[in-house]
Amino acid sequence: MEFWRKPLDADDIHITRGNVYVLDDRCKGCGYCIEFCPQKVLKASKGFNKKGYHYPEILKPKDCLNCHYCEIICPDFAIYSIAQVVAEKGSKNEVNK
Amino acid sequence: MQPDHPLNDLLRKDRIPHIWCSGCGIGTIFSACLNAIKASEIDLSKVVMVSGIGCSGRGAGYINVDSFHTTHGRAIPFATGMKLANPSLHVIVFSGDGDLFAIGGNHFIHAARRNIELTVICVNNLNYGMTGGQAAATTPNRAKTTTTPLGNPESPFNLPLLAYASGATYVARWTMLHTRDLTNSIKEALQKKGFSFIEALCPCPVNYGRRNKLRPLDVFKAYQQKSIVKNGANPIEIDADSDKGIIVGKFIDTERPTYTEMYNKIYRSKG
Repeated sequence: MEFWRKPLDADDIHITRGNVYVLDDRCKGCGYCIEFCPQKVLKASKGFNKKGYHYPEILKPKDCLNCHYCEIICPDFAIYSIAQVVAEKGSKNEVNK
Repeated sequence: MQPDHPLNDLLRKDRIPHIWCSGCGIGTIFSACLNAIKASEIDLSKVVMVSGIGCSGRGAGYINVDSFHTTHGRAIPFATGMKLANPSLHVIVFSGDGDLFAIGGNHFIHAARRNIELTVICVNNLNYGMTGGQAAATTPNRAKTTTTPLGNPESPFNLPLLAYASGATYVARWTMLHTRDLTNSIKEALQKKGFSFIEALCPCPVNYGRRNKLRPLDVFKAYQQKSIVKNGANPIEIDADSDKGIIVGKFIDTERPTYTEMYNKIYRSKG
């Protein structure tokens, strides 16, 4: 994410991370997830799925912030994100919600 | 290994992919509904979804709880019967504007008048999508449809006003782009005692959009730029006109005795 100045509490804020999964064959290629992803993680594939649609491909998997917007805007139940388990500095594992 | 989709347990997976066209908003509204059911933590064996005929009427076929796909316009009478026979059920009516307000308009106003404990979700795509894009009771003035090729001469219904005037105790309107608000609203409506009505606007790219030169992403741009959130607004003043602004929000949230309560008081009070 780009900031015009670095927030003072940037070091304290815990940024959530997620893994995006696409179920290619459920996709109907509407492109809503690609359009509305705030981090621009997705792009339309060159290839086709079983029904002949361009499903989304994950361009920058590390940028996903697990906001779930692709999941809730998808009309076809074809994309979802799951929270990444991140190891805190020297402490117990924490799961993002 | 890839984990399962979080909504897979609520879906009849063998029927997915569903019949809704690419770019159609019904799927999003349906998924908001499923998320709301999940978030409200109601016992799923007590949830029933009823829908009528039309594109959105297919919703009942995709949810993995007890569901009924009823005759045209008669989703609310079926739901009323079910609620009266078994008052412990949470009955959700998921249907379209043509089914609920054109052929089923009379049933809607009387269910709202009686204040039967139903959650009615109306997917408003501004036309009769399944039959080929004819003008419906909600088609905006001057919009082009199959039956009004030069523009619609009629004025559309203001659905939240109709629901409020008929006596609904919870009235809200959202677009499919306000997905999180829509989900919260459905969740609130599910937990609400009394007749709750939620209108969800969505694009119909194939039938309505194509004739009015509206691509789904243009419709979303209009939703983003023109929608004004006004919770508690007077239902008389809420337009859904893309020129003047689409007023969305939770308009009415009141309490009054429900039909079951009144009926029990008068007819079932003596054992």
